[in-house]
Amino acid sequence: MYRVTSLLFAVGLTVLLFALVSHLDFGHAPMVVGESVNRLAAEQTGAANFVTAVVLGYRGIDTLGELAILFAAATAAGLVLGHKRSENSRREADGGAILIYGADLFFPLLLVVGLYIILHGHLTPGGGFQGGVILAAAFFVPVLARPGGGLNHRALSIVEGLAGASFIVIGLWGLWGGGEFLQPMLDKGTLGELVSAGTLPLLYLAVGLKVGAELAGLLTTIAETEANE
Amino acid sequence: MNWLVLLIVIVMLAAAIAVLSLRNLLGALAAASVVSLGLSVLFVILRAPDVAMTEAAVGTGLSGVVMAMGLRRLGLWRVEATSSEAGAEAERRLGLAQPVTDPEGERHDV
Repeated sequence: MYRVTSLLFAVGLTVLLFALVSHLDFGHAPMVVGESVNRLAAEQTGAANFVTAVVLGYRGIDTLGELAILFAAATAAGLVLGHKRSENSRREADGGAILIYGADLFFPLLLVVGLYIILHGHLTPGGGFQGGVILAAAFFVPVLARPGGGLNHRALSIVEGLAGASFIVIGLWGLWGGGEFLQPMLDKGTLGELVSAGTLPLLYLAVGLKVGAELAGLLTTIAETEANE
Repeated sequence: MNWLVLLIVIVMLAAAIAVLSLRNLLGALAAASVVSLGLSVLFVILRAPDVAMTEAAVGTGLSGVVMAMGLRRLGLWRVEATSSEAGAEAERRLGLAQPVTDPEGERHDV
């Protein structure tokens, strides 16, 4: 029965989507706001990646809301998942040679890629959320390889709290100096340079550290509180 | 370019059907990741690399890992469960099958 209902749901959704997009050309949607952003963003925010200009410059408060939602979800998951297993029931085998050496090999690589994506968020595609997920993966792969090790949850929550607080502090700085909450501050610099776009890279660094610490903590909690089989 | 889009959409549809029809839950999970991966390539073709990166990192990687950990926690991690018996076990534990005549079901509350 539930298969029939989910099939009906999928068919209904498809019909709705088709009705929405049937009069649009593929890849040529009318772009009213987009054209304005394309025209003004480089000059107003100094970011070469206009997605970042929108996410942090024009709609920074939405990003703060996203961070709050992610924080609430991770906290709720941590509450639901309950307590850790007792120490003597946690004697799990290692992940095996392939996973252990793979983890050692991938940890620095993922770390560099994640930080690169975060720090170049205002220049190239990517940014705090994507790079944060990659950072979380970098810290989670060693946990998979060596289940006994675990991560320092206290350090993770300190990083997460500091990053979240610094996002809000930068926003308040904009309120104090520029008149609006999360107003981009500092010199915009040259378009396309690594140090440019004012406070936007700092905001993305805060977002990346917060997302990475949160997701790494969440994944490790799930792994540590597994039921025994 | 259109033939590439067509190919990706066909692969995504096939993977989506596999998600619904596979009895092996781990295989279904892998198929769901394939759907996500195809979607992220479509985003690249539509010139939305930011969204493509998010889709690849979150849709393909993170949600797959979270669901795999969920399978492990529920005790449904079976690499070579192709028999209908394993599928019935999965349905019993997920509460999808008709119940609950066995007293064992109580024990697996998480």
